[in-house]
Amino acid sequence: MKLQKATVFALYAVLELAAAPGRQRTVVEIAEKYGISAHHLAKVLRDLGRAGIVDAVRGVGGGYRFTGNAKRLTLMDVIRLFEEPSAEADLPLPSRDGQDIAEGLRFVLAELDAQTGATLRSISLSTMLKLIARRPWESQGAATPARRAQAGRRSR
Amino acid sequence: MARRGRTQPPPEPDADPAIRPATLADVAGVIALDEEVTGLRKAAYWQDMFERYGARRRDQRFFLVAGEPARIDGFIIGEVRAWEFGSPPAGWIFAVQVRPRLRVRGLGSRLFAAVCARFRAAGVDRVRTMVARDNAVIHAFFRSQGMMAGPFIELEMRLD
Repeated sequence: MKLQKATVFALYAVLELAAAPGRQRTVVEIAEKYGISAHHLAKVLRDLGRAGIVDAVRGVGGGYRFTGNAKRLTLMDVIRLFEEPSAEADLPLPSRDGQDIAEGLRFVLAELDAQTGATLRSISLSTMLKLIARRPWESQGAATPARRAQAGRRSR
Repeated sequence: MARRGRTQPPPEPDADPAIRPATLADVAGVIALDEEVTGLRKAAYWQDMFERYGARRRDQRFFLVAGEPARIDGFIIGEVRAWEFGSPPAGWIFAVQVRPRLRVRGLGSRLFAAVCARFRAAGVDRVRTMVARDNAVIHAFFRSQGMMAGPFIELEMRLD
């Protein structure tokens, strides 16, 4: 599953802010921490503000703070503000003769969508923050793309 | 004193009920709690569950309850299963329930911790469960305990 940039930026920002709900972070601070465009992140944070998940604090030392309910808000709630997650390929409309195969493919891809949706709806921000603190990928020895990239940078 | 013809209100739930193995006297309370939550009365099913998981092989099967026999506030049932499709022994949880007005207060987490402690004592190092895909509440509960997708995939088909 590949998420759009705006969605990933929103997840970074929301989790960063939800990790310390009383703390304010500026757009630049968050952008630098995650190596992302501050300009693009500013737009994403405005969208999150309109959704009532974060609040802009004006003035010197201003920034954004988390205002949502981390135990209730799920990854899917955040993702859906920006896109509808779907594994379904953009299948062209086939002729009558090709409909069986196209329908069969859609049927199997819908199974993936159902699984993806259930997973994203079941993980609240609070659960996600606990998972990050536990770092389960270390015990599984999983080489995530981020870790592979980091290892690549170190070896250069 | 309750007036004739009026049902006496249930006692106020204990904020921190003790968790213990179920006894035969608890089965009526389990049936009542399940009926309150699901809207279905399944007396024979829960009596059978107690016979199988509360009364036999208690070193491998665990039927735990929270509360008093007159008012069960929560329960959890699990067992150690081994070698299904090659899986080494693992703890399996296949029922958990908490009185709705006591939810989000930690009772479900305490029941989960209690059954996991018994699984560890039985010598297994992982716990599994299966949840309905559209049951977001129970799915989110197990996720909040740290559970992730496991190495097995559930499959089914209609028997026409």
